[in-house]
This record gives sequence, structure tokens and C-alpha cells, in this order.
Amino acid sequence: MNKLTVSSSPHIKSNQTTKNIMWTVVWSLVPAGIAGIYIFGISSLKVMILCILSCVFTEALFLKFRNRDPKTVLDGSAILTGLLLAYNLPPQIPLWIPVIGGVVSIVLGKQIFGGLGQNIFNPALVGRAFLQISWPVYMTTWKSPRWWPDAVSSATPLAKEVNVHFSYMDLFLGNRAGSLGEVCVIALIIGALFLLITKIISLHIPLSFIGTVGVITWVFGKDGFFKGDFIFNIMAGGLTLGAFFMATDYVISPLTKKGKIVFGIGCGVLTAIIRLRGSYPEGVCYAILFMNAAVPIIDRFTKTKKYGLTTSTA
Amino acid sequence: MKKLFKEFFKGIGSENPTFRLVLGLCPTLAVSTSVINGLGMGVAATFVLIGSNVIISLVRKSIPDQIRIPCFIVIIATFVTIVELTMKAYAPELSKALGIFVPLIVVNCIVLGRAEAFACKENVFNSMADALGMGVGFTLALLLISAIREILGNGTLFGLLIVKSYEPVLYLVLAPGALLVIGLLIGGINFLARKRSAA
Repeated sequence: MNKLTVSSSPHIKSNQTTKNIMWTVVWSLVPAGIAGIYIFGISSLKVMILCILSCVFTEALFLKFRNRDPKTVLDGSAILTGLLLAYNLPPQIPLWIPVIGGVVSIVLGKQIFGGLGQNIFNPALVGRAFLQISWPVYMTTWKSPRWWPDAVSSATPLAKEVNVHFSYMDLFLGNRAGSLGEVCVIALIIGALFLLITKIISLHIPLSFIGTVGVITWVFGKDGFFKGDFIFNIMAGGLTLGAFFMATDYVISPLTKKGKIVFGIGCGVLTAIIRLRGSYPEGVCYAILFMNAAVPIIDRFTKTKKYGLTTSTA
Repeated sequence: MKKLFKEFFKGIGSENPTFRLVLGLCPTLAVSTSVINGLGMGVAATFVLIGSNVIISLVRKSIPDQIRIPCFIVIIATFVTIVELTMKAYAPELSKALGIFVPLIVVNCIVLGRAEAFACKENVFNSMADALGMGVGFTLALLLISAIREILGNGTLFGLLIVKSYEPVLYLVLAPGALLVIGLLIGGINFLARKRSAA
């Protein structure tokens, strides 16, 4: 017993660091990226690389400007933002748009709030919302999968005037037009399973989010009640990508389990309303941004009870 | 005399109504989509500011304290009506572009704020210098914001196409773009002011 450790707590440390968590999420997104490149061609890879490079360079520059160590950019959060932003973009978008999107995501979505951990909104979604409002034509011109015989651009399954019929297997495997990371549901589910197994995300937000969208589109989807096609709505659009990877970001979701369920339900309600009655075909991006703003209130109302505190007067 | 110049330059620089006092943001956000609109609004507001400041300063001893705000509004509304009718007659396209924001100069916080904080306490010459400074400061701020929004968001300046091979950022000509531009400008100016005072 001649080796006595004398130090203060903590004595047991987990090996979960910010870097670990960020890189695990990045790896879990890789299947969806491979699917996007396979379905849409090499332009998806160009968009992804440009988004990532733009985010990383912008963050390094900004960190230098604020006199912080630029090497912290390798902790993976900028790369994750770039990848998520790329997955939200159409695959054949002109290449200057991902660059601008990366700059806006990092500067306006993350750094001006104070950097990692201080942002209110999901940075990738901030970038995507900015791009959608600024260049709506480029952001809504979709390319069909490589093996489709007809024209280069086509409509997505959620577009109101769709005249191509999509089967459930088409939606599940990604045989449709859409953003480059959102189309292949099975690849996204593989990544999400990886995250669930490594306990990085929990099921509260995704299940409540997807479940609420399913319920509301089932009840109100078509004329008359309880006739909506909820499987279609769950698999079409960016719901899987948003529910598993973007709404579950630690910084911008509530702290407690109850809060997370409320957050998921709120996201689901907003997505369903925008899809069914709003003028945008897809509502996941704006629904998540909206609920990000409501997170402080959710946190305040779902505070856990503190141990040992009683309110009785002794 | 020196005091007059100090009052005048204070309105342009250290107490700029848009960037430092953060007053009158509502018309600023709404009309700064193009430089011509911004200039028109700035000139109209300056005229109202000068007129109302001078008159209020001249009659400041006869206005009872409890009803000073309604009295100010009556005086300001007179000048706004003059401006509105003149604009409708001699610059009808500008009047249509500015729409309801010309009558809204009556409750513009800059006009009412300077009347309340300055004109009813100081003499005519100081009030006129202050009004001129504030008006010019407001107009310059409007020109800066409008120029940024119009060049980047529309590719034009004064309505003439400036940049050809360029996809304009539509975000900037909409309402959120206005808030973004003003916010970033105020942030930048605060940063420079802090650097200057630390040096």
C-alpha cells in the first residue's frame, strides 16, 4: 500500500468527452451520406465536403478572432454542423450556396451566442433557414435519383401536386427526390440505432416527435377524420433526420425526460400543422427552430423535485 | 456657438438615434429596403424634427407639465401633415412606397423623445442644433442600412442595377434581414466604440 492516491473528487471518470460524443454522431451519420452519394451521384459528395470545410474554416477564423485556441475546431462540432447542413440541402445545388450556408450556420447560429454550448438554435437549421429564405429557387429544385429515366429535376413526395406514386418501400430505401441526407430512411435508422446503443441519444424526443406527427396526420391527413396516411408522412420528408439527429442535440433540447417529451410533442404538432395546412411542403426545420426557442420555458416548468426539500412547516 | 456644434455632432456620432439611442427602429426596419426610400424617410423625419423642436422650444414656458405629451403630439402632427401633403403632391411614388410610415412619424420615438428630453428644456438655438444633428444622424443611419440591404439583397442602388453576375440574398430585403443588418451594425459599432475607449 505504498501508492496512495491523494486528490479530490471526482475519482471515477467516464470517457465521454465532447469530442467523443461529436465524433460518434458524425460516424453515425456516415451511412446516410453514403446512401446520398449512391442515390444522387458525386454532387452530393461535393456539397458535403464544401459544407464541412466552410464550417471548419469559419469556426477556426472566429475562434482566432475571439482569442481562443483555433485547434478546438477539431472537437467535431463544426464538422457535425457542416454534415447536418449538407444533409438538408438539395444534392445538385450550386456550390457557392453550401459555402455561404456554412459561414452563416457557424457565425449566426453558434459563435455570436458564445460558441459551443451557448447557442439557442440548432446551427445547421439556422443555416438552412437562411438559405431557404435567401435563394428559394435553388433550395427547392430537387434532383431525382440517378437511375430514374426522366428529367433532372422532379418533385418530392411531400409536394402537393405530386403525380408520381411512391410506395412505402420507395420511401424507406430512398428511391425518391429530396435533400441528400434525408431520403434513405434505413441508413438513418442504422445510424440512430448506433447512437441509441451508445446511449448518446435517448428515445424520448424521437418517439414523441415522430409519434405526434403520425397521430396528427392520421387524424387530420385527408378529408374526414382518421383517414390520413401516417406511414407516408413519417417516412417522407426530413422527419427521420430531424427527429433523431437534429432535435436531440444536447445544447438545444430540454434537460429532463418530461421536458424532452414535451419538446418532441411540440415539434410534432408544428411539423404536422405546417405540412397539412401551411404553405411550405416540409415543416421539420422550422418546427425544430421554433421549439428551440421554447426550451428555456420548458426547462423552467419541468424542473425535477430536489431531494430532501419539503414544503411543510415543521 | 461651440455648444451648438457640440449638440449637432452629438446627434450624428455619439448619440446617433438609430445605433446608440436605439430609437425609431420601426420605420427604420420597414423603409430601409432601398436607398431612395431611406433618404425620403430621413428627410421627412428631419423636417418634422426641426419644426417640432423649434416650436416646442419657443412655447415651452406656456405648456402645463401634466398635459405636455398631447401638446407635443398636436405640434408634431401639424408638421407631419405638412410633410405628408407635400410628399403626396410633389413625390407621389415616394409617398406610395413609404405608405403608412409617413403619418407614423408623429409617434416616431426620435421626434417625441427629443421633444420630451431636450426641446422642452433648452432654448431655441440649442433645440434647432439638436434637431438638425439627430435628423442628419437618422438619415445617415438609414442610408447605411438601406445601402447594405439594397446592394446585397437586390443588386441595385438607387434602383439601378449595379451587380450583374450575382444572385441577390433575398433574406436581406425581408423583415428578418432588416433586424439582422441593424443588429450586426449595432454590434460592430459597439465593438469599435469599446476598442476606442479602451485605447
